[in-house]
Order: sequence, then structure tokens, then C-alpha cells
Amino acid sequence: MSPDSSQSPPEAAEVPDRRPLIAFTWLWVGAPLAYGLYELVRKATQLFTG
Amino acid sequence: MSPPVAPPGWSRWLVPPAALSVHLSIGQAYAWSVFKPPLESALGLSGTQSALPFQLGIVMLGLSAAFGGTLVERHGPRWAMTVALVCFSSGFLLSALGAAVEQYWLIVLGYGFVGGIGLGIGYISPVSTLIKWFPDRPGMATGIAIMGFGGGALIASPWSAQMLKSFGTDNSGIALAFLVHGLTYAVFMLLGVLLVRVPRPKERTDGRPAPLEGVQVSARSALRTPQFWLLWLVLCMNVTAGIGILEKAAPMITDFFADTSTPVSATAAAGFVALLSAANMAGRIGWSSTSDLIGRKNIYRVYLGVGALMYTLIALFGDSSKPLFVLCALVVLSFYGGGFATAPAYLKDLFGTYQVGAIHGRLLTAWSLAGVLGPLIVNWIADHQEEAGRHGSALYGTSFLIMIGLLVVGFVANELVRPVHARYHEPATTGPATTDPAPKEGNDVTRQQPESA
Repeated sequence: MSPDSSQSPPEAAEVPDRRPLIAFTWLWVGAPLAYGLYELVRKATQLFTG
Repeated sequence: MSPPVAPPGWSRWLVPPAALSVHLSIGQAYAWSVFKPPLESALGLSGTQSALPFQLGIVMLGLSAAFGGTLVERHGPRWAMTVALVCFSSGFLLSALGAAVEQYWLIVLGYGFVGGIGLGIGYISPVSTLIKWFPDRPGMATGIAIMGFGGGALIASPWSAQMLKSFGTDNSGIALAFLVHGLTYAVFMLLGVLLVRVPRPKERTDGRPAPLEGVQVSARSALRTPQFWLLWLVLCMNVTAGIGILEKAAPMITDFFADTSTPVSATAAAGFVALLSAANMAGRIGWSSTSDLIGRKNIYRVYLGVGALMYTLIALFGDSSKPLFVLCALVVLSFYGGGFATAPAYLKDLFGTYQVGAIHGRLLTAWSLAGVLGPLIVNWIADHQEEAGRHGSALYGTSFLIMIGLLVVGFVANELVRPVHARYHEPATTGPATTDPAPKEGNDVTRQQPESA
């Protein structure tokens, strides 16, 4: 994940670190998605065991 | 509400979570079936009646995406996500009221009509913004968001079922479940509203916004081009073929192997349906990202050409090999998801970023038609074959032949797509260009144009 941003070079020095925000937002959407995928895998294995 | 412009240093990797927070929420629509049995028993409804909120919701999705696209382009992604949040959540709240007072029409109005507007506006809300932030990887960017729509049902289905189990399946339990859904999705989608930003416009030396680079076509002009309608046909054919399997997946695999030594149980069939959902989701992000490397026209050649081949294999050898049947169906479903996710990037290649969200909204009407056409073909033919005394895989042979034909039509339509004629282009002064968030990779976009367009 590259830290691509829209800053121009002179402003780069004042740029706040966005990494904590990036981590939080990806966790916000990633956690429920991981739950959904876990439930999906549990169900999908029934094709081979059921 | 003016579009929120990114402050200096805003990372483009904050935009996909904003998009996902909306798409993962509105994707709940595909888990509506969880509410059907409790509603039927609590309010004394038939199966057809309990499907009404979902059906109206999908119709409203198509209509609001088609007619609201221009507004989304004008007011920006934050406005669109706010509208989506308000409509989708209040749809649930109205439904909660409807269940509490046992007035089913309120559930149809709330979830179907009001919530359906939220679905359509929410679906197209991040598309244009993502493409502007990721000019080097538009397929991957829109693939992430549209994968979220598939993922929404995966989350909502077990979550809603668990909630109904806890609250009860009488009308007050359903009302409470609707209420919790409405409030939770409002909070979840709020992240997108707060987070979404458009890239800062490029400025000319005189300080005014620079015009957009490359071919730019307005939504109104796009509708007059053959390219739009060819792509509409491509999407419609691809979606119809995918739905052909998705609609009857469980009975189909059971019928195919009913007369063999290894029949498929109902539990195993449910596992097959879950695997198809996984393939659908994986195709959205996987194939759409691949389109950034091999070009949009090539990836649709794969979806339609290889898709037809997969259907042929199922029709010829499907009942003799379970692994082959499962593998082919998974590939078809991954192409179904990929077709949805790659469409915005294809539109961007052809019509530019000027009003790509609005054009995408209009293209989604192909989905509405395919949503009716696919199930209609498979169900109607299977019913008639059954009446004629056929059983097993013979129920689906004709449907598969039709699907192969539709995919060939889509393939030909894709081959006919050419760059848009200059008479449809907007003048060079149209719209502000945005600062390129990935200048090092910008050449990839240029490389895409001749092949995709």
C-alpha cells in the first residue's frame, strides 16, 4: 500500500501522518467483512462434508 | 453541499474504506430472504408478498441510479453518501414501525421505495471519485467498492439471522431487528460520509482550474453513442448468464447429480451456493484488477468467450463430473461479478471521468433487465421440461444453450466497441482536472486507451 497522496512538495513538510487513520478505517470495514467471510467458509465446507 | 476537496497530504487509500462502508451496508439487500419466513408467519403473508420489498428495492436501485446519476456528479460523493445513508437507514426505521403496528405496506414503502433510493444512489456514489483517485488502477479501485456490495450480504445474512433468533420472529422481534439494522447501518455508513474526499483540482498558471485531460463525454451525449448501448448489451448478456446459474444454483446441482452414485444433499447444495457467492466476490476484485493490466476489452473477451466455453462444458459433461460442474459454475460466477466491477473502468476509458458516475448509473438499467431475464429463462424452461417428463440435467440443457447464445451476442457487441467519435466529445474547457495522485503510474492509463476504447 503506497502512501500516495495529493500533496505538492512544498506542503509535504506540514502533512500530518495519516497512517493511524488509514489503519482504523480499513479495520472498520475489514472486521465485519472478515466475519462475513468466516461464516461463508463455514457454510461452503458443507459442499464437501455434507 | 459542495464536493469535499482533499486537504494536502490526504491519502487516496482512505477513499476505498469510505466506499466500502457504503457498499458493505447497501449489499444487505441480497440478504432480504432472511426476513421472509418470519414476516410470512408474523403477518400472514404469501411468499410473493414477502418478496415485494426486495423487488421494489431493486427496481428503485435501477431507477435512482439512472435518474440520480447526474445529481451525484453535480453535488459530489459526500452528498450522495448522505442521501444513501438517510434513505437506507430510514427505510429500515419505517419498516420497524410497519412491523410494530403490523402494517405491511409501511415495510414495502420503507425498505422497498425509500431504502431502494438509498441503494441506487449509494451504489454509484463512490465510483467517479475512486476513478479520479486511482487513474492508474481504476479497475482495482471500483472492484474494491463493488466487491463490497457482494460482501454486504455475506455479513448481513448470518448477522440478521442471529438477531432474529435473539429478538424472536414475532412482529415485535422483527421490528426490533429492523430498528437495530437502521441505526447500525447509519453509524457504519457515516464513516464514508465523513471520510470521502475528491482530489484537489489541478490549477493552470493563472490560478483557474485546468480542464480535464483526454476524451470527455457528458452523460447526455453518451446515451447517443453506439458505444454506450454496446456496453449496455455486453453487461446485460453477462449478468443474464450469471444469474442463470445463481438463481437456481441449489436445485440445479441437486438435479444434475440426482441419478448418479453421488447425489448432492440439501446441506451440500447450500455449501455450493455459498461457494458461488465467494466466487462472485472474488471475481469483482480479482478480474477487475486484472483488467488494469490486460485492458478492458480483453477482460470482457474472457468473461464472454470463456464464459460461453464454461457453459458448453457444463452442458456436455456437467453431469458426469461433480468437480467439473462446480469449477465451471464458479468460473461463470466470478465472471458475473467481474463484469459488474469492470464496467465503470470501461466507461472511464470510453467516456472519460467527466460524468462517469452518471453514465454508470444509466448503464445499470441493463442489470435491472437482466435481473428479470435470467431467472425468467431458466425457471420457465425448467418448468416446461419438467412438464414434458424430463428430469435431472435435461431440465437445464435448453437454458444453457440460450445462455451460450447470449454470451456470444455479448462477445460480438464487445468486439464492435470502438473509440467514441469526436463529435460527442466535450469542449476542452469542461470540468476541472484533478491532481494526479499517482503520477509515476500514469502511463498505464494511456496504454489502456487504444485497447479498451
